[in-house]
Amino acid sequence: MKAKALLIDITQCVGCNNCQAACKEANRQPDTVENRLTPTAYTALQEYEGGVYVRRMCQHCKEPTCASVCPVGAFTKTAEGPVLYDESKCIGCRYCIQACPFQVPRYEWSSNNPRVRKCRLCAERVAAGQPTACAEACPTGATKFGDRDELLKEAYERIRNNPTGYVHRVYGVTEVGGTSVLYLSAVPFEKLGFKTQVETTPLPALTANAMEKIPGVVTVGTALLYGIYWITNRREEVARAEGGPAVLRDKLTRGSDDHDGHIGHGK
Amino acid sequence: MKTNPFKFTFWKAVAILTLAAGAAATWLRVTGGLGASTNLTDATPWGLWVAFDILCGVGLAAGGFTMAAIVHIFHIKRFEPMLRPAILTAFLGYLLVIVGLMFDLGRPFSVWHAIIMWNPNSVMFEVAWCVMLYTTVLAMEFAPVVLERFRLFKLVRIMGRVSIVFIILGVLLSTLHQSSLGSLFLIVPGKMYGLWYSAYLPAFFYVSAIAAGCAMVIFESYLSSRAFGRGLEMHLLQEIGRVCVMVLGVYLVMKVVDLASRDMFGLLLLPRKETAFYWAELVVGVIAPMLWLGRAKVRANYHGLFAGAVMVVVGFVFNRLNVATTALERSAGVAYVPKWSELAITMSIVTVGFIAFALAARYLPIFTDEHGHAREEESVVPVAWVEDAGDARRQAPKRGDHGILVAK
Repeated sequence: MKAKALLIDITQCVGCNNCQAACKEANRQPDTVENRLTPTAYTALQEYEGGVYVRRMCQHCKEPTCASVCPVGAFTKTAEGPVLYDESKCIGCRYCIQACPFQVPRYEWSSNNPRVRKCRLCAERVAAGQPTACAEACPTGATKFGDRDELLKEAYERIRNNPTGYVHRVYGVTEVGGTSVLYLSAVPFEKLGFKTQVETTPLPALTANAMEKIPGVVTVGTALLYGIYWITNRREEVARAEGGPAVLRDKLTRGSDDHDGHIGHGK
Repeated sequence: MKTNPFKFTFWKAVAILTLAAGAAATWLRVTGGLGASTNLTDATPWGLWVAFDILCGVGLAAGGFTMAAIVHIFHIKRFEPMLRPAILTAFLGYLLVIVGLMFDLGRPFSVWHAIIMWNPNSVMFEVAWCVMLYTTVLAMEFAPVVLERFRLFKLVRIMGRVSIVFIILGVLLSTLHQSSLGSLFLIVPGKMYGLWYSAYLPAFFYVSAIAAGCAMVIFESYLSSRAFGRGLEMHLLQEIGRVCVMVLGVYLVMKVVDLASRDMFGLLLLPRKETAFYWAELVVGVIAPMLWLGRAKVRANYHGLFAGAVMVVVGFVFNRLNVATTALERSAGVAYVPKWSELAITMSIVTVGFIAFALAARYLPIFTDEHGHAREEESVVPVAWVEDAGDARRQAPKRGDHGILVAK
């Protein structure tokens, strides 16, 4: 299946909050209005000056940082796009929350068996060929579901057709190597709380570089350490057999230590 | 050995109070979860328990592999008396890191998942395996001490034959582990303040851990000498102090070169909280102890040595706390200050560490003579510094002699 995505056109959002309501219903969460991401709000509308509403949610990165950092592989990226979390694997180290470049995952801090909570891009619906609940509920078309390639084409077309109505940038194309959620806006993204300084390459490469060195450190290290051990050990054996220089040198160095003073501070 | 591990009842009182607070905090953690027992939030998901109990706990255990390498791989045998206390510190350190981890993990009873659910791309996965493997290795390195105590010398000899395998494994695992704790933060380039974020974080963590390991060897020698009235191997400690200064020098050069290459010198003067915290760790933990311990006169005085070691350890702790919390606050948009219960549990873990060290030092042959032979429990006669094997091992003590005085 082709990679799916959401195109969120901030200029078309009227702040009706149907997306959140539909999201909560789809995920069987309490039907309350929340204006920031919480364990019970996988998406939330944030209002900015001039009636500008921005939908926050998991960006479903092409190469998710959360999936790369999780020690037990609780995060997986599916072929269609959703990044999924498996609570049965999670040990609760919260590295995913620390590492997410978009500060998305939420934690059930008040629980004694806490889970990481975030948007699942309605994985079951998407797998069945349906749009996500939020896209389906959007009355203005501000959130559109479809193939990522086609949505991207459409996004550029909208900018081309209305060059003064949009900033000339589609957020999510290159950010940390690309995401499955794309944004169009009339207001510069940095003014809307978007992280515009994030790297344009996938973050997992940063730690992968360090991890790659491990086999080298182990093999070279073993050889080096054993080599040094062998040499120093051999030297000692020879010295012992000959009763020769090494023992003598040892005595001499110890002798010179005499003046350094040893504080025998016993009673 | 009739000496009290806590010379003053004052320290006993402090320990009891700390442990009581720790017990209350544990209750809060167990019943109310992380939300009730910590000030952690989604913006600051890691706090004191990660920064101190884990990052510092592992770092301060670095004396173990450093001394093991010096004595067993480089065969600088005169450091042998330092080895067992260092291994003990490392072993206890790792055991306590595991305790800290059980508090910090949201789902502590799933911790074993890391054994069967693998994500080899994850630094945290590597950290988990290093903790498991290195704790095992430390147990093997420490086992002879326990076996000796129960006079199972045959087993000690058998273990001695394979010990080099454990020593090499230990040095490798430590190298990987100390640096991988730094690698944990490679993934947050956009979140970490410029003074700290560097591609060389793993190298910084590794080198500073060696310096801290040296300082911890001095630190524990000093404290145990006071607690047990045993002698200080001053000539050895002085050498370690000198090595510590050299390692700090390497670290400082690396830091300067790194800041220069990233063009970050400007941040050193900005009037910000980060600037102050950065200078604090650098001055207290690196520059001051270099100037202080760099003088032979200071190193020759055991109070001077101890003061230098304390500076290095404090600076090291400062650095780890900064990397794990201060450096991330600006991007998080909120400041993190630990809750009383976080402090109580951390302090309790440290207290348990001191008590365990004191008990082990009292009941196990931790302090050895320079040939690695355990001091005999019943021996009243101080062990003097003697020459090579074959000679008389024990001589009458002479003050001012170059012997380790082991007082009853």
